[in-house]
Amino acid sequence: MEKNKSRIPVREQAPEVRAKNFEEVSYGYNMQEAQQEASRCLNCKVPNCVRQCPVSIKIPQFIRKIVEGDIKSAAQIIAQDSSLPAVCGRVCPQEIQCEGKCILGIKGEAVAIGKLERFVADWSREQGIHFTGREAENGMKVAIIGSGPSGLACATDLAKKGYDVTIFEVLHRAGGVLQYGIPEFRLPKNKVVEAEVENVRALGVKIETNVFVGRTVTIDQLMDNEGFKAVFIGSGAGLPKFMGIPGENLNGVFSANEFLTRSNLMHAYRSDSDTPIYVGRKVAVVGGGNVAMDAARTALRLGSQVTIVYRRTETELPARAEEVHHAKEEGIIFKMLTNPVEVLSDDKGWVRGLKCQKMELGEADESGRRRPVAVAGSEFDIDCDVVIMALGTSPNPLLANTTKGLETTKWGGIVADDFGTTSREGVFAGGDAVTGAATVILAMGAGRKAAEAIDKYLNS
Amino acid sequence: MFKIVNKKYVTPITCLMEIEAPRLASSALPGQFLIVRARDNGERIPLTICDFDAEKGTVTIVTQVVGASSRLICHLKEGECFTDCVGPLGRPSDFVEMSDAEIAGMKFLFVAGGLGTAPVYPQAKYLHKMGAQVDVIIGAKNSELLFFEQEMASVCDNLYLCTDDGSKGAKGLVTDVIKQLMSEEKQYDRSVAIGPMIMMKFTALTMKQYNIPLIVSLNTLMVDGTGMCGACRVSVGGKTKFACVDGPEFDAYLVDFDEAMRRQGMYRKQEIEADHKCKIGLDQ
Ligand SMILES: Cc1cc2nc3c(=O)[nH]c(=O)nc-3n(C[C@H](O)[C@H](O)[C@H](O)COP(=O)(O)OP(=O)(O)OC[C@H]3O[C@@H](n4cnc5c(N)ncnc54)[C@H](O)[C@@H]3O)c2cc1C
Ligand SMILES: Cc1cc2nc3c(=O)[nH]c(=O)nc-3n(C[C@H](O)[C@H](O)[C@H](O)COP(=O)(O)OP(=O)(O)OC[C@H]3O[C@@H](n4cnc5c(N)ncnc54)[C@H](O)[C@@H]3O)c2cc1C
Ligand code: SF4
Ligand code: SF4
Ligand code: FES
Repeated sequence: MEKNKSRIPVREQAPEVRAKNFEEVSYGYNMQEAQQEASRCLNCKVPNCVRQCPVSIKIPQFIRKIVEGDIKSAAQIIAQDSSLPAVCGRVCPQEIQCEGKCILGIKGEAVAIGKLERFVADWSREQGIHFTGREAENGMKVAIIGSGPSGLACATDLAKKGYDVTIFEVLHRAGGVLQYGIPEFRLPKNKVVEAEVENVRALGVKIETNVFVGRTVTIDQLMDNEGFKAVFIGSGAGLPKFMGIPGENLNGVFSANEFLTRSNLMHAYRSDSDTPIYVGRKVAVVGGGNVAMDAARTALRLGSQVTIVYRRTETELPARAEEVHHAKEEGIIFKMLTNPVEVLSDDKGWVRGLKCQKMELGEADESGRRRPVAVAGSEFDIDCDVVIMALGTSPNPLLANTTKGLETTKWGGIVADDFGTTSREGVFAGGDAVTGAATVILAMGAGRKAAEAIDKYLNS
Repeated sequence: MFKIVNKKYVTPITCLMEIEAPRLASSALPGQFLIVRARDNGERIPLTICDFDAEKGTVTIVTQVVGASSRLICHLKEGECFTDCVGPLGRPSDFVEMSDAEIAGMKFLFVAGGLGTAPVYPQAKYLHKMGAQVDVIIGAKNSELLFFEQEMASVCDNLYLCTDDGSKGAKGLVTDVIKQLMSEEKQYDRSVAIGPMIMMKFTALTMKQYNIPLIVSLNTLMVDGTGMCGACRVSVGGKTKFACVDGPEFDAYLVDFDEAMRRQGMYRKQEIEADHKCKIGLDQ
């Protein structure tokens, strides 16, 4: 049984090579590796892994099909529960979801469920396999606002049920955070994101980019004048937070969203892009989530020395374990228990450093995490010429402000139940716009639940 | 999509374009802007909506060549298309909320610096039609860079021109004209200044002496224009605001112009390089 203890390693670009390019870090499994890894799965009768997957993918069943060499059936099994497996296989925080409760993880390493899911999805895309079972068109129009994972998933399910679906997206490319936030080296844009968007189009879904719902057209107008019978809001949580410390508007301080949007959506990392990006000699990234890791590793690839500044300890880092591991391998410096108090200016108004304070962990707070408290007199400066703030985001209030009768929470989230039903008849919502910044798989799951609810609503 | 149906140069470095964008045309209001991309790997460039015709489904923009991307925009020909065009973005001018009756009695002074003439036009037109008294000052470096004089004259009561070199109108800056009008004891309820940041800063300093409320429209750097990136942040009354969603119009007396000017120059080095490359490319 020794062979079952550790997983088949996945081939990756060497850290010193990938630190200088934007190609995907992980090559993923080939057929042989996938089958070997799949054969480790015990095919549990009561699979803990499935319970931990937010959309309950039938994990042992699809893994069984890989062992049998029937990848097409594996893909079909995944497709029953997920419409973005190539994405989720790459970006889900597997260590706290499916893989976190895998029985093999008790004595050794969990089955690499994410990598296997990615393998199946990549294989079927390369083979040109689609599951386009569509019911007859029913002529009813549904509008989807936002083309992130929640919108794409909702559109997919509704199109399959025969609805006439239009996605309205304000940016010039569809995909939401998958397009503008998560970098190429983690989630290839042409190969994966555009391909997923194409699949959605292939189902007959129209995607109208350059439409800012709330300004270009309101939800009321879509329903009253354009004949949309229902609307799904999947507008995400794009509003970046800042710390409110002195010096935050100096030249050289960016939100992670700005830095990543320039690099990802606008391709500023490529020489043929018209959009500029400013990368300093030394960059400090404030935060500890996926967004912080992505900004840090992007800055590194653009040639900077990068330090991540986080106020708790490494065990509390909210980023995916794999990203933290990769970031360290690539040479990113981690300064834990450190909190910025001021961005320091040179005589021309540009960043010359970040004044920080040492922290220690105190009492546990409501979330059960120990609250970091400042150590008196522990101030010190970090030498840097760029500061990137990756402190989280909240929903953009515009849609709620321009839609009659749409209730929101104090922090701007749209109020909706588990099926996406909002306070406004015919209007549903899901994903980050409802929960605040969360994960791809949760957004996708919310989009699918709302699709079900919309179908019920329009048929009752 | 987004076809250029009409293009003309209004000065040697400023071109006016009418673009097909039906959704935008039917929802635009004075004070708002749009974002275009001239080609597939193009930058997202914010431009004021200078006119809109809901029936024809077109919007008008006026672009001045200041760097690589504005040059690319002006090189597009009639019949060609913008890759992207999104809007209207930003909040409309606050007088859009006022009733006809409120506006009818009011006296407005607009101060347009150079390219600022373009964004002032739709506002003057709107207010003039509603029966307000509208005076407009247009200032430019020289007569060659003045444009829209006739168009503006047809939507205001008094038009005052000035140039730095005196080649047309009064010789001097817009602030000189403001002082002149004040010495003639002109009365205004509100004023609006749009132009280069430095001109708005000095207009604010001048106007403040006369206690006339002043609104300015801030042309910050922007990327998305939807409140998602914070590139456009400005300090207004000591608070950080995003010009693309909280503005672009703000109370001039609360704006930190020095910070805004500094932030505008953040990419200057890269811009100069890009423009150099771009010129070489276009000359071939
Ligand atoms: C840098 C970064 C890294 C991340 N890494 C991970 C990760 O590794 N794993 C993971 O699971 N999650 C990750 N996340 C979180 C995850 O991406 C989000 O939770 C998820 O994308 C939310 O999906 P959504 O559909 O709700 O919204 P979004 O993906 O935010 O999409 C919303 C879309 O709506 C558009 N929109 C907004 N308002 C309007 C409007 N008024 N009109 C028209 N269009 C509008 C936006 O432009 C956007 O395209 C990351 C997020 C970021 C920012
Ligand atoms: C709300 C808004 C409305 C605008 N309306 C118009 C308009 O109607 N017509 C028009 O021609 N321009 C307008 N601008 C400015 C226009 O967006 C910039 O001129 C353009 O982005 C410059 O791009 P570039 O690549 O050609 O020049 P760059 O190479 O980027 O810059 C050249 C020079 O212009 C300065 N600059 C860069 N960006 C801006 C900016 N956003 N505003 C002012 N100066 C800038 C730079 O500091 C540099 O010195 C507006 C900007 C905003 C934010
Ligand atoms: S969707 Fe995410 S959580 Fe579910 S099985 Fe796939 S990788 Fe695991
Ligand atoms: S818990 Fe692990 S071993 Fe059991 S079925 Fe799931 S993946 Fe296989
Ligand atoms: S331009 Fe990005 S938030 Fe204003």
